[in-house]
Formats: sequence, C-alpha cells, structure tokens
Amino acid sequence: MNQPANPSDAEKLVCFPREDGSRIPYEVYSSPQVYQLEQERIFRGPIWSFVGMEAEIPLPNDFKSTFVGDTPVVVTRDADGILSAWVNRCAHRGAIVCRAPRGNARSFSCAYHQWSYDCRGNLRGVPFRNGVNGICGMPADFDSNEHGLEQLRTESYRGLIFATFSDRTASLADYLGQQMRERLDRIFHKPITYLGCTRQYSRSNWKLYTENVRDPYHAALLHPFFSTFNLVRASTRIEHIFDQGGLHHCVMLFQTEDNSGAAAYKESKIASFKEGLRLEDLSILANVREFKEEANFQIQSIFPQLVVQQVQNSLVVRQLLPKGPQSFELIFNFFGYSDDTPEMVMHRIKEANLVGPAGLISMEDTFATELIQFGTAHAGGTLSVADMGRDAADTENARSVISEKPVRRFWRAYQEVMGL
Amino acid sequence: MTVNEAGVFAGTTVADVVLWHDLHRLQERYVTVIDTDRLEEWPDLFAEDCVYEIVPKENADRGLPMGIMHCFGRSMLRDRVVSLRKANVFEPQTYRHLTSGLEFTRIDGQTIDMQSNYVVVQTLGDGESRLFQAGRYLDRVVLTTNGWRYQRKRAVYDTSRVQTLLVIPV
Repeated sequence: MNQPANPSDAEKLVCFPREDGSRIPYEVYSSPQVYQLEQERIFRGPIWSFVGMEAEIPLPNDFKSTFVGDTPVVVTRDADGILSAWVNRCAHRGAIVCRAPRGNARSFSCAYHQWSYDCRGNLRGVPFRNGVNGICGMPADFDSNEHGLEQLRTESYRGLIFATFSDRTASLADYLGQQMRERLDRIFHKPITYLGCTRQYSRSNWKLYTENVRDPYHAALLHPFFSTFNLVRASTRIEHIFDQGGLHHCVMLFQTEDNSGAAAYKESKIASFKEGLRLEDLSILANVREFKEEANFQIQSIFPQLVVQQVQNSLVVRQLLPKGPQSFELIFNFFGYSDDTPEMVMHRIKEANLVGPAGLISMEDTFATELIQFGTAHAGGTLSVADMGRDAADTENARSVISEKPVRRFWRAYQEVMGL
Repeated sequence: MTVNEAGVFAGTTVADVVLWHDLHRLQERYVTVIDTDRLEEWPDLFAEDCVYEIVPKENADRGLPMGIMHCFGRSMLRDRVVSLRKANVFEPQTYRHLTSGLEFTRIDGQTIDMQSNYVVVQTLGDGESRLFQAGRYLDRVVLTTNGWRYQRKRAVYDTSRVQTLLVIPV
C-alpha cells in the first residue's frame, strides 16, 4: 500500500467539499488508504489514546493488553505504582511478548527465544547472551539499553490512562482541555470500584461510532426507548459542551417534563415512538441522585478511543478500538463508587440492562452504523449530509437535541489532524 | 445415579431416570420456545422470583458481577420480550440452540443445580448461519406446582465479543 508522503498527497484520498464539515465523503468509512493514514497521523501521531482504567490494574505488577489503533500495547503498573505502556512486540524478532489479556507479573518473556523484559519494557535478559562454553553469544557492541520494548508516553487523569507515541504532543491535561476535564471531574469525583467489562463487535468503521456519540438527533429518533419513556425527546433540555479544538465533545441531558404528551412525535407519526409500550418493572428507569450537577445522561467523547458515559446510574468507560477499515470493537467497562451500598451495586447492575451489547436503550447503535457501512459500499464521490442547525446561532445549537453541530465540528478537527 | 455409603456405584433407580427425563425436558422446552420464536412462553419456564443473567466468562472467572442482561423476577423477563417485540430495532434473525453435557451438580430436596454447554447458531437475513455464542448454563431449578422451573439461570458465555447486538435471550 502506498502511503501518502505529505498532506498534498493525502488530499487526493478523499475530498471534503465544504469547510464547515457538513458534507462527509463516504470513502472515509471504508478506504484502506484512509485507515492506513489514520494509523500514522492519529494513533501513532500527536494524539493521546485511552488505553485503560487504573481500576483495571489496581495492584503493583498488574497489567492489561490492549491496542492503540492497530498496534498491540501492554499497560502496566510496576512495583512502585508507576504506569507504563509499551508496544507488545519483542525487540528481537517482533513476536507478541505478552499473550495474556490481563494479569500480574514482575517480568515478561517472549515465548520464541525467551528474551525477557521488566514491567516498564526494559530488556533484562537474553538467554545465552555470552554463548555456550565461550562459543558464539551476542557481539561485544550489543547494548541491552538499546533493545528494550518500544515505550509510549503514559499519563493518567482521574484514573483514566492514556498513551501516545508522540514526544511533541502537549501534556494529557492540555490535550483534554479545561472543559473536558471538568466533565471528567464530575464523574470521577470519588474512588471507584470496577464491576467488569462487556464487548461488542460491529462490522462498521470506527468513526461511525465516533459520530454516533456526538449526535443526539438520532437518540430522539432511532431508539424507541428514549422517546417512548421520555428519557430523550426532541424537546429534552440539553447542553453541548465543546472543547477548544473540536476533537472532543460532551453532551448532558436533563430530566424534562413533556406536558404535550409527545405531541410532536404523534403529529409527525414518528414510527419509533411507541405509544402503547408499557413496562411492568419501572425500577430499571429510576435515577438515584448522586451528583451535585444532576443530569440523566452525560455522554463524553475523548478522541479517539474513549467515551465516558453516565446513563442514569449506569457508569461506563467505553473503549473504542478500530479493527480494520470496516470493523470496530467496543469495550464497556462498568464501574460504581467504592462507597456504594450493596443495594446501589444491584441498582447499577440492573441499569446495565439499558446499555451495552444487549442494552434496551442503545443496542441499535451498532446496528445503525452497520446499515451505513453496508449502504455506502462503493459510494465513491457521494456525500453524507450533516446540515441540522447549520444556519442556527451557536447559542441555539448549544441547547438543541436536533443539532448536528458536534458532528460538523468533529469532521473539521479530523481533517486538521489528518491533513485532509 | 445412586452411590452407596462406601461411595460405590449402586445402580440407577427409576427415580433417577424420571428426574433426568424431567429436567432434560425442561431444557429442551427452554431452547424450543426461544428457537421457534415463542418468546411469550419463555418467562413461564422461570419461578416468580427468578434471576436470569447473561455474563461473559472473563468477568465470571474474575468474580466480577457485570453481564449484558440481568433480569430479577419474571416481570423483567416479560419486559425484555415486550421491548424486543415493540421497542428494539434489529435485523430479523433466528437462533438454533445446541446443548450438551447436562449434569446435576447438587441435589437438595426439591432444588437442583445443573450445568450444561450451549452453542447458539444465528441466521440473519443474508442467509448465512454464524456461530453467535458458545457458553455454559449454570442453572438452579425448583419443583413448583407447575413442575420444574428455573430459579436461577446464568448463561456464562465464552464468545466475549458480541457480534452487533444481542436481543433474543440465549
């Protein structure tokens, strides 16, 4: 595959015909060349990728295997509690070193020739380094310090661990920005307890999910649970929080009485509004107040691999992992707070029914992204339209469910990072 | 199977065979109501205060509680079916369950713990059948006035990546 050498070559890959991000060429969802460029400019570029929660590796010498884009990475906590991340590729012949998804280890050795590394990825042992009976062995100029595992810069914020290949990118705190940090501060305001993860796999491009979480317009329409039970309707009070650069986004949705009885849905005959739908056990929709700033939903997307979600009392850190141009994996890491009562833990488990791979209110998301993937096969030259709220004032867009401004902002920022 | 005081196999009694038959039939009925889209009958196979859960093995192995579906009581089972019929959007699909290795792990009066393996083959609109989920049922059944019912059914699945979505119970 020919990699574009500079932005002017990259421009030929796909064309965004408008500067405002309102027209998206469908090739960005399927082109192997675009995917290749994303690996270079985003995942190996000046971007912090979310790799895990500190709560997943709470003890000294805990580790987990994950990815930054396509690159296999291991995240560790050493005996002193220091977090590290390194590429899971032996410095000798390139084999995967750590084959376990998670665990606890003081050192890691490659199965192939038993080269071994410490928690931080430094080379600690080469079998028969001095040969056998004085014969063979490594050359005199072989320096272990030059043959460690490739290490990434690693920082964490509020227990969320990020890594980057770039030396030149800003600190993690600056990358997140004040607006996004404040949203994370709200969720991670006290110690958490990890409750486990679930995984969903979609045959669609990872950016379709990135758009999905920035698009409340669909929430009021695709998911019958939202509109029918008035969790989210077109009239719901909403607040969009934008970062400075446009890569990240957060949306908050507030409990809003709809005195019209969903008249707008009934008049428009919106098929996904199910007037007759009744539940026997409504406790699944209960929201126990637990934040100073009370909102039913907070969905925060930190580009490219993280979505932090509060859906009522269901708290989840979602990790988004691209798996080639036409697939992605979504890992839902559920958590509660360390001071939760057993009843509250049960309530969170009950509300987990709302989200995740079998989520009553959101299972349709990956189905919708697949519909786009399948519908846009070989749709070269044609464009997606994100016009909702395009000529509305920023103040209107900032408090409307029916706005695609976050989608437009995302594509502008994406073009900038990608040099497209 | 009856084991005498010395721990020696002492033959299979008629009661053993009847119990085996009854619980095997419960399992067969369970997979049949799902695989033939008679989901409205599915909650009837559970006790009123049942627990039904679908949990990935990676969590179960670590003692972590989270799964993808947790129903406490038959009303939540019925809500799942209502939601599936009326409120969820998904591609039409069918399941075929294959089960094996049914064994009783504890018999205590009218409560029995049993385990078995399951495989669910899913067929979507494109006509292709895919192995959707492999896992193990960890069940507790109780004898009620309506016969044997699931007090607890925990589907612990190996196939940790759920393809697209799970809407029909396993």
